[in-house]
Amino acid sequence: MSRIWETPGGIHPPANKRQSLSLPIDYPELPERLVVPLDQYGGRPCRACVEVGQQVLKGELIGVVDGPLGAAVHAPSSGTVTAIEPRPAGHLSGRPARCIEIAIDGLERWTSRQRVADYCQMSAPQLVDRIAQSGIAGLGGGGFPTATKLTTSGHPPIATLIVNATECEPYVTADESLMRERADEIIQGIDILAHIHGNRARMVIGIEQSKPEALAALRTACAKSAVEIVEIPRKYPSGGERQLIYALTGKQLPSGEIPANIGVLCINVATVYAIKRAVIDGEPLISRVVTVTGGACATQRNYQALIGTPIKHLLRHSGVNNNRLNQLIMGGSISGFKLPSDEVPVVKTSYCILAPDIDEFAPAPPERACIRCGRCAEVCPASLLPQQLLWHAKAANHQQLEEHNLFDCIECGACSYVCPSHIPLVDYYRAGKVHLDAARQVKSNAAQARQRFEFHQLRLARLEREQSLRRAARRSAAVPSNAPRAPVARLSSADIIADAQNRAASKQPTVEQTLDKLQRNISMLQNRLELAEQRLVAASDDTLNKQNSLRAAVEGARQKLQRAEQRLTEQAHG
Amino acid sequence: MMSPASSLAHSGQSTDNIMHWVLLATLPGGLALTWQFGWGVPLNVLLCSLCALACEAMALRLRGRPVGFHLRDCSALVTAVFLGLALPPLVPWWLVAIACSCSIIIAKQLYGGLGNNPCNPAMVGYATVLLCFPEEMSRWLTPQALLPEDLYQPGLWQSIHLVIGGGDLIDGITGATPLEVLKHKTGLMIEQVYASEPVFYRASWAGAGWEWVNLGFLAGGLLLLRKGIFSWHAPLMMLVSLSLMALFYWDAGSSASHGSPLFHLFSGASMMGAFFILTDPVSSATSIRGKLIYGAMIGVLVFTIRSWGDYPDALAFAILLANFAAPTIDRYAAPRAFGHSAQRNGVPPKEDQ
Repeated sequence: MSRIWETPGGIHPPANKRQSLSLPIDYPELPERLVVPLDQYGGRPCRACVEVGQQVLKGELIGVVDGPLGAAVHAPSSGTVTAIEPRPAGHLSGRPARCIEIAIDGLERWTSRQRVADYCQMSAPQLVDRIAQSGIAGLGGGGFPTATKLTTSGHPPIATLIVNATECEPYVTADESLMRERADEIIQGIDILAHIHGNRARMVIGIEQSKPEALAALRTACAKSAVEIVEIPRKYPSGGERQLIYALTGKQLPSGEIPANIGVLCINVATVYAIKRAVIDGEPLISRVVTVTGGACATQRNYQALIGTPIKHLLRHSGVNNNRLNQLIMGGSISGFKLPSDEVPVVKTSYCILAPDIDEFAPAPPERACIRCGRCAEVCPASLLPQQLLWHAKAANHQQLEEHNLFDCIECGACSYVCPSHIPLVDYYRAGKVHLDAARQVKSNAAQARQRFEFHQLRLARLEREQSLRRAARRSAAVPSNAPRAPVARLSSADIIADAQNRAASKQPTVEQTLDKLQRNISMLQNRLELAEQRLVAASDDTLNKQNSLRAAVEGARQKLQRAEQRLTEQAHG
Repeated sequence: MMSPASSLAHSGQSTDNIMHWVLLATLPGGLALTWQFGWGVPLNVLLCSLCALACEAMALRLRGRPVGFHLRDCSALVTAVFLGLALPPLVPWWLVAIACSCSIIIAKQLYGGLGNNPCNPAMVGYATVLLCFPEEMSRWLTPQALLPEDLYQPGLWQSIHLVIGGGDLIDGITGATPLEVLKHKTGLMIEQVYASEPVFYRASWAGAGWEWVNLGFLAGGLLLLRKGIFSWHAPLMMLVSLSLMALFYWDAGSSASHGSPLFHLFSGASMMGAFFILTDPVSSATSIRGKLIYGAMIGVLVFTIRSWGDYPDALAFAILLANFAAPTIDRYAAPRAFGHSAQRNGVPPKEDQ
């Protein structure tokens, strides 16, 4: 038995998982329409690569990754694209997202699937690419593109591969039912991940003790494999990435760093299953297991739901009594968020839809003043001081928020759960993070502007020095006999003198010197061009007065240029 | 922005609930006080409660806050009960009114009400009247345990009469508290004091009457501890540091001794302070380490002021001083955040350059 490290804080809310575990995973009948958001909330939104009216096949690519970070989107079923437009989406931000609406033909015609008999013949980059092509993202709620996470470069080799099977949030049983029913495929997925990382990593499944059936299924499935199963005590949020890594390895992931930096890879168990389906069966990520639970549902169970299935469809399937429905929650009862409507679709990160009965949760009494009882600090899994954070968030004291490590808050909601004054603490922290981000942006913009200005000043100074150097060089070249003395009298700066003397001494410049000079000339010309452009821009919105003076300056410059050219011709003739 | 259900589920604990438990837990101590000192104690509590609720309601109204909603949190009542139990019984009504209005209006509402007061309101009120009316405040009754067989504390009507301002206390029923006796022992050995003073030789283990009062508050405190209303850190550290200080200066009971640890633990307001005043979350330190420091600091201060200060028992001053120190303690005793090597919460990171 491996050692388990105890994470700080945590709570023990009622699990409420039994309700949705009595029935196996169900395949609901197809909805009429699917609404597939192009933004699946991990990285940048996708760009649609289909048009309205186009026929699509099941598994066909419909949204391509647009930018450095993102996961592709595929048609979850065959049919016709009927709209590409913003729709309400089930995301915390409440922002509508661009969605592709597909009217389903019910034929489930697949695009060509490339099955792989032996993935061991494939190289790691090939496998990662296949995972990227399949649009796999973190199914545990993060939605981070899995292929990016699996990239083996840029960090130390992965020593520990952690499969997050804790599922500590009350009401949620999506992962648990998956493990009960499809443990073999999960183990295959782990083997693929191990293969990608050269079969060197220790493989651990971290699972809560409270799931005996899932544990038994996994044990049977990995009887012959090197995969370790570690039971951890039930505690919310034991499934937080940082918390699980610490519980299993004793390593605290340094603030602001990713697990790969300490040689750890932490992947949700449902994602592992999706990897297996993608690599071996050639199926992109077009469906996921969703728990539909809560007292308002006639049947509480898990569904293998297509991405884009309107939640309304699943709720109807579960026989939700709208008269008894309290509110719709995406996620579990601690960290879930209220949904604006039942029109929103299932996305890659939707692991649970909670439809509680009106009597299931006491309505939150009005928020009272914080009495600094410190219960929140006792349960905080990040060892923060939530009561201080609240104080500073209310006062919008950005510096203090940062010094109290607001960005280490994982928004698990344990503090809100225990708060006797019923303060929605996490809401304050989310808002605080937004404000802090904005303030940081302003600060970095200002710093950038200052840097630019300083660089500009530096360039001007260099320009001036180079000009005087050149003048000195020219003078010394024109009157070679006077060279050692003449410039001394006129020039002011000591290093210019030294430089000029050096040049005069070596009358014929070497190749490097010529090259250097040419480069400096080029840079000077570029600077001048830039300067002129800047002035032009400034002048365009300046007063007429300024324009006139600039015009005069330009005129003067032109005259100077003419004189210089004249002198040049004279020299040439003479 | 949609409103996320910031934790739909809830542990069920509420601030009102906490206040109710605290009120309930004062019962054993309050009853012991009443048993030893008569009707003056419940009269104090009653007067304080009425005055506190009136002051709170008035202040909330002036501040434009919903009066009923905030009164229902019972925090004013808790302050009033603490203050009523801390004041000497049968002090005149106006003194109670001054203490109470200082507590609620100045120490609490002027700072923004519940949760925003830097100092414990009850202790501010107590300290104010202690400084302004030292004579009234030092007139404690003789505990029932020391009264002759046929003498009792004033009856209810007589007590009301005394509080409203009719007549003086009978000389026989006022007396020095154990702390006062020990403070003014003038060169006697502890043993001699214990032999000559009825407050000690008629006591069971600490000081006649007062030992039961402290035991009552200890019982109430343990109940709250068991209910998880507060953590053990601050009270235990206060009692430990007070005992250690007493032990250190015990000096084998010589004429220079300041009394035994047991004497200090069960005299004056030790137990009430440790379990009811110290544990006021608003004005105390908030992190675990902070609470340990805060408790230890109060224990040391209580002993220091008792032994070398002008006041025989100055729990109020010790707590107020520690209240002022609490924000600083919090800043430097904060826990190391998860995933940070050295930096603590609230302390700015060291610049690299």
